[in-house]
Amino acid sequence: MSQWVINGIRTGIKTTAYPAKPEAAVGVSPGLPVGGDCSPSQAASLIESCPAGVFSQANGKVMADIRRCIHCYRCVRGIEHPVNWEQTYEWGTVRDGQHEFGQPFERSIHICVVDAGDCGACLNEAKQLNNPYYNMHRLGFFITPTPRHADVLLVVGPVTDHMKFALKKVYDAMPTPKRVVAVGACALSGGVFAESFVCAKGVADVLPVDVEVPGNPAPPLAILHGLLVATGRKAPAAWARSNTVKA
Amino acid sequence: MNRTELKQEIDQRWPGQAQCPPDSGSPCEVTCARATLPELCGRLFLEWNFSFAGLIVEEGASEWQLRYTFYGEGDAGWVHVLVTAPLAEKTFPSIVKFVHAADWHEREAEDLYGLVFEGHPRLGDFILHDDAWQEGVEPMRHKFDPQMAMAHRKPDEDWRPTRIVQEPGAFVMPVGPKYSGVTESVHFLLESVGEDVIRSTPRLFYKWRAIEKLAEGKTADEVLLLAERFAATTAFAHGLAYCQAVESICGVNLPPRAKTLRVFLAELERLRQHAGAIQEICESTALAVANAHAGICEEELLRISCELTGHRYLFGLLALGGLQCDLSDDACRKALEKSQTVLAKLNELEKRLRVSSSFLDRLEEVGIVPERTAMVYGLLGPIARASGVVRDLRRAQPYLGYENFQFDVPGEQEGDGYARLRILFAETRQSVRIMEQAVAALQSGSVREPFQLRAGAALGWVEAPRGGAFHWVRLDGNGKVARYRIVPPSFANWHGFHLAVEKFAFQDFPIMLSTFDLSVAENDR
Repeated sequence: MSQWVINGIRTGIKTTAYPAKPEAAVGVSPGLPVGGDCSPSQAASLIESCPAGVFSQANGKVMADIRRCIHCYRCVRGIEHPVNWEQTYEWGTVRDGQHEFGQPFERSIHICVVDAGDCGACLNEAKQLNNPYYNMHRLGFFITPTPRHADVLLVVGPVTDHMKFALKKVYDAMPTPKRVVAVGACALSGGVFAESFVCAKGVADVLPVDVEVPGNPAPPLAILHGLLVATGRKAPAAWARSNTVKA
Repeated sequence: MNRTELKQEIDQRWPGQAQCPPDSGSPCEVTCARATLPELCGRLFLEWNFSFAGLIVEEGASEWQLRYTFYGEGDAGWVHVLVTAPLAEKTFPSIVKFVHAADWHEREAEDLYGLVFEGHPRLGDFILHDDAWQEGVEPMRHKFDPQMAMAHRKPDEDWRPTRIVQEPGAFVMPVGPKYSGVTESVHFLLESVGEDVIRSTPRLFYKWRAIEKLAEGKTADEVLLLAERFAATTAFAHGLAYCQAVESICGVNLPPRAKTLRVFLAELERLRQHAGAIQEICESTALAVANAHAGICEEELLRISCELTGHRYLFGLLALGGLQCDLSDDACRKALEKSQTVLAKLNELEKRLRVSSSFLDRLEEVGIVPERTAMVYGLLGPIARASGVVRDLRRAQPYLGYENFQFDVPGEQEGDGYARLRILFAETRQSVRIMEQAVAALQSGSVREPFQLRAGAALGWVEAPRGGAFHWVRLDGNGKVARYRIVPPSFANWHGFHLAVEKFAFQDFPIMLSTFDLSVAENDR
């Protein structure tokens, strides 16, 4: 029994200082491609390399719609002019730029997580938020199994047909005011699965989405940032204004 | 039983009914008449010690081809039993009477191709949920266009699942598809007369994304993206199985460095996935401190993976013919050293857990799967090995040069939750042992072999963290995928999960679920 305590003390504090300070540890994020100045031929090769349709070209610049990025690294590996790749993690954005989140979401919130056809990675990353490295309880975020107690609905996966009905029921069961956070490339654009006869192209097809967190999967710090954006405690990602092309 | 003995046996028993070709490469393709099929498969499975890998249905231009795949240890190799019939004839004998492991495979083929398996005890509501799909939709047939509008009707809110237990006072407790905190979507029908679960029917495929249908007509390279992403907690293993299938069609000889790096990464993924499974077990028993320690281990392994490869779940590394990029020897050595540190923490955790009586009480003699049942159900991976079915594809049918590595395949006899936990811990040690040898054996040279795609079909297999994963790929002449069949380990293990749950109390249910380490994404495809 006492050995548990001794081990605990020996382990020390592992929790990240984020959001008070940036997290500097390596391996917390897979990073994302960013756009920038680019010759037309380089831009063409980038556009051709990407199976997810992330890149587009305009006015001597290549732009990256990172909502679609599936981390296949084909724009950085085995290509002559690789794209700029940034190891950031503050990826949460507000979907239509209009939301005032306001008071109901300023303090402790309860989150209901629904898997709508996820491959397991985004879900596993959301699970990591409870491990000592991220410990989201310190920020007043709690996971609740029941939609009746939830303020925020966190959805992962492209919304398969069999889950559509359940997802709507969960949303309807939540008290208002409520917010929807869509996490991962599949939840934003359908990813590699959509659009098909069994799969919608993202949560926005089914529910009104407030905050979007890209990534395949979105790393824990990005999900945390998305939740902080949803509660109005952090500004949405800067690239949302400068770098994204409208889908 | 080697190939010559197998041929003798088959020729003697079923002259004119089943043909076994003379020894000519792997796999051994036995063609067989429909009437002989159940008996032949039964012999292979029940008497000659072959494991069932999966049923692969292919719709040809004029006929059905059903391929029942089996594998044995070493010399026994792979045996594919082939049955053909004209497209108009959709009835085949069920082999379930002898090969219970094929149960769900036949249900799937019935649902998606509209085939009928005579003698199968329970067909219907499986992948296509009865409450949401019209009868007669056969999505895997060529004539079904995946682009067309959805062919099913609105969900029927009054639909009720079949109830099996009819005793007075019996009731059904529905759980899911949204239940508990951060969990995958699956529905359980727990039938009970009070405290104990008497019957448990998992209702799966809420997350069915029809990967096999989506893959058809795509290029081999595009399908790799799907193979990696349909079950991302074991992304590398599934991507690997797919790559091996394509490489085996095209006769690619991988550069030695690519092989060794693939072994290293596959073991890193196993280590990480097992740490995650251990964390889930600690969490389900509400042992908060152990949960925190295991959570630290898993997160550290995710960070090690990311530092080494750029991605926490090893996406975007595999390429057909090798790897997309090289990893430096130093980076691998550093990842190994860090993994060894994490392993030391896991060992310490195991030492503590083994003397925590409150923890052991929840695991010991809970969710027992006896050896015979594990074998009959065709369970795979750590779950089978905890019940005494000690078969590991890395040893039984080695790939990537696993025969050159020194490692043990741990086995236990009890088949309870605690045995499964011990297997997980033992396998993390073996994985690090293999990683050590891989780093020491890293050759210099390229990591990718350029090659031309050609038409053909082959099976790729990998011992994924959760058990054997089998990927069947058929390429057409244009480098497009004509048929892609995935048989993930969770498909077999979900089939046997109800065995563990029944006759135990409700409160043990989450614990048994976590000790089975099942992936819904893998199963649902």
